[in-house]
Amino acid sequence: MRDLTVERGRREVLHGISFELAAGSLTGLLGPSGGGKTTLMRSIVGVQARVSGSCEVLGAPAGSPSLRDRIGYLTQEPAIYVDLTGRENLRYFATVLGAPATDVDRVLAEVDLRDAADQMVREMSGGQVSRVSLATALLGRPELLVLDEPTVGLDPVLRRDLWALFRRLSDAGRTLLVSSHVMDEATRCDRLLLIRDGRLVADDTQQGLLARTGAPDVESAFLALATGPPS
Amino acid sequence: MSVPHRVYDGHPRQRPLTARILAATARRVLEQLRHDHRTVGLLLAVPSLLMGLLAWMLADQPGAFDRWGAPLLGIFPLIVMFLVTSVATLRERSGGTLERLLAMPIGKLDFLLGYAVAFGLAAAVQALVVSGLSFGVFGLDVAGPVWSVLLVAVVVALLGTALGLFVSAFASTEFQAVQFMPAVILPQLLLCGLVVPRQALPRALELASDVLPMSYAVDAMREVLVSSQVTGAYWRPLGLVVLFIVGALGLGAVTLRRRTP
Repeated sequence: MRDLTVERGRREVLHGISFELAAGSLTGLLGPSGGGKTTLMRSIVGVQARVSGSCEVLGAPAGSPSLRDRIGYLTQEPAIYVDLTGRENLRYFATVLGAPATDVDRVLAEVDLRDAADQMVREMSGGQVSRVSLATALLGRPELLVLDEPTVGLDPVLRRDLWALFRRLSDAGRTLLVSSHVMDEATRCDRLLLIRDGRLVADDTQQGLLARTGAPDVESAFLALATGPPS
Repeated sequence: MSVPHRVYDGHPRQRPLTARILAATARRVLEQLRHDHRTVGLLLAVPSLLMGLLAWMLADQPGAFDRWGAPLLGIFPLIVMFLVTSVATLRERSGGTLERLLAMPIGKLDFLLGYAVAFGLAAAVQALVVSGLSFGVFGLDVAGPVWSVLLVAVVVALLGTALGLFVSAFASTEFQAVQFMPAVILPQLLLCGLVVPRQALPRALELASDVLPMSYAVDAMREVLVSSQVTGAYWRPLGLVVLFIVGALGLGAVTLRRRTP
């Protein structure tokens, strides 16, 4: 991604962002809400309008039809049908993606939701709903996973399990970009992108970030970068 | 420094139609409907009860129920499917599922026609029940064959679905979507020839009624009422309604954007 700029309304919300994601890496996209994390992710997935600059994904320009079954995208709000069961949702999205029918059970196991799969989504707890939405993003074994706040509102055990899942997926060669506004989730990532007010304020490993700022943790490092001069 | 534009600008290399995805979409919409027992009940009971009420009101006027009832069989599906579709697709737009789908390899026609097939089937069931009761119990009598009544009902339901898909793009809440019903349907109801014959309308309104699809649905139903033969006088207005459906689906496709602000 080079010099990516996005306008919404009359406002520019991303100002010339450039970075690259290594294949098979697990990258955290951190920053306060309203900072541009979601817009950046939507640009990569190719659903954001009024994007300029260059954004190449898996060798093709972002938004190309050839990418539509190669990227798994989890939106921040669970984007599933509340008037279907979890399994009916997954079966439908699997068919759209052309994924094998066995994928439904695989992704249900991956997000640990086999027991609740036949409940109506409307009757599920918030954590279950967001896991159905996450399971949808895992259908068809996409090469790139763009996950917008996948762990928000989940209990600590589940959050730990999901990060273990993300690690396994990355070990299996999948590339992951995971956003969060919880700074302590940074410890689980290979690399961190810190974004604030539409600018990338840091692109580093956790160790590199801490060494550069002399801060004891990522939260303090972010504060140091956000209040100091842009690097 | 200028950077070469390397963001995909959306030329349609996606296939517009894949039978597997269209069928899955129709099945998914019907599954949603199946889980909602009360909506299914209302879809079948409300028009049936209204036809019964109408038959009762006009019981002492010979032939009046036929004159009013037959066109109404073609108007109920329009109103009902318009409402159901505009709310359902508004939910898709605001709930993020449409965005998720359009990031997947689905063609816009898969989505639009999936809805049309599902609600067309629902309308066929509704038409069977309502006209079955109207003919069998309430004593409705038309000159033409029963299938020609059912066909108008299904075509009109598809028109309602297509219009609902289109207007849902202009509503951002369900309250707004419901308000489009009187805005889009009521003028057609007033001008379709049911209240005042179209030729007797002031010239400007007659011209307006010429470009509104419900006028032709009512023309086709009137033809079934008076003629035992199914002729061009039936097929011509019905064909025009089909053209309106194609037009509305085309406009609906324009409102489905893969990239949104």
